[in-house]
Amino acid sequence: MELRSVLVIACGAIARELVRVRDTNGWDHLEIQCLPANLHNSPEKIPGAVSDRIESEKHRFERIFVAYADCGTAGALDKALVGTGAERIPGAHCYEFFAGSDVFFGLADEEVGSFYLTDFLVRHFERLVITGLGLDRHPELASSYFANYKRVVYLAQTKSARLQSLAEAHAKRLGLEYKYVYRGDGPLTAALIPSLKKPDDPACGKTAGSKI
Amino acid sequence: MSDQYDDIVLAELSDEELIEQMHDDLYDGLADEVAEGTQIFLNRGWEASRVLDEALVAGMTIVGVDFRDGILFVPEVLMAANAMKAGMALLRPILADTGAKPIGKMVIGTVKGDIHDIGKNLVGMMMEGAGFEVIDLGINVEADTFAAALVEHRPDLLGMSALLTTTMPYMQVVIDTLKERGLRDKATVLVGGAPLNEEFCEAIGADAYCRDAAVAVETAKEFVRGTA
Repeated sequence: MELRSVLVIACGAIARELVRVRDTNGWDHLEIQCLPANLHNSPEKIPGAVSDRIESEKHRFERIFVAYADCGTAGALDKALVGTGAERIPGAHCYEFFAGSDVFFGLADEEVGSFYLTDFLVRHFERLVITGLGLDRHPELASSYFANYKRVVYLAQTKSARLQSLAEAHAKRLGLEYKYVYRGDGPLTAALIPSLKKPDDPACGKTAGSKI
Repeated sequence: MSDQYDDIVLAELSDEELIEQMHDDLYDGLADEVAEGTQIFLNRGWEASRVLDEALVAGMTIVGVDFRDGILFVPEVLMAANAMKAGMALLRPILADTGAKPIGKMVIGTVKGDIHDIGKNLVGMMMEGAGFEVIDLGINVEADTFAAALVEHRPDLLGMSALLTTTMPYMQVVIDTLKERGLRDKATVLVGGAPLNEEFCEAIGADAYCRDAAVAVETAKEFVRGTA
């Protein structure tokens, strides 16, 4: 059986951005498979889910890349990858690779009480933030969760006016100030290039296939 | 609470029934009912410490166990904690007036760079409920502040909390600062927070990792008794 080139096992919360980066850069040697985005709220389940996918797919690919950062696993994801040959995106979490490390840590230094949203989280705020934190059932808990936050920072991957308006409304709903920081796909692309850029070997492009 | 319980009059329940009902009300996060039950026991002449132990702490212990076992989730635990807080608000002044000596003293805080305090507050409340004096340094606490608090308050225990993988390494900075200033042996260092584990605790040279508030209380008791 001919092996495909590279499998990217990705967090569903960055699926759109990954596909866009792949298509923009002509990285057609990548097949992207996503795990459920709600693992974002249960990081302890990420290493097992990634390991299971590696195990089930490793025989089909020459190489596997994991499109997660540490994502709250406190090193457990790295441990799960030991011996698999798979790499992951550097950094602590998606906010870091969407912003770029310097920008992210600058924002955190500027205001430690920053609650970050990405395009995905703006779109799915109701499910992942409101329902995920139980605020649909207990709206009075918002003051417990967000007491120490001062602002919402929307790290935007696109310049969508609709999403900006939604993000601002989310900030207002939480009673927080709002800051818009457009970063586009540049920082994510930069984080992926070392591992995923299309090799010079022309054969790498021939085996491409994609689930997305 | 479902409609079938709407007609329960707490004041008409026996002590035993009321304790059980308060455990249920804590579990369901019903702050008004927990406060009412607390007041009823005080009116019946119960010592505040007994109400605290048998109604509130015992009820929160059930919540803690079910959280650990994946039956309850953070929102429900928060609701229960708020309910316990309502009962504690009635008991705290009475307990303070009794002049009872605390079984130990703890300085607690969320480390620098981190503003998450739900777990830390829960630990503080449970420690207080267990008879400890708790000095809460708040959130985003610098190593200097922890060190100064050790000198000022001379606690038996220092508790550090972090929710983020990016901030938990700061616990090492705090411990190193304590060592540099000759303070490391002055207090038992307990650490906790969602991304932590035993291995991390050992790596940074803390004394114990506490996976939840109930474990923190038991661990603290063992250390002050000298049985850890």
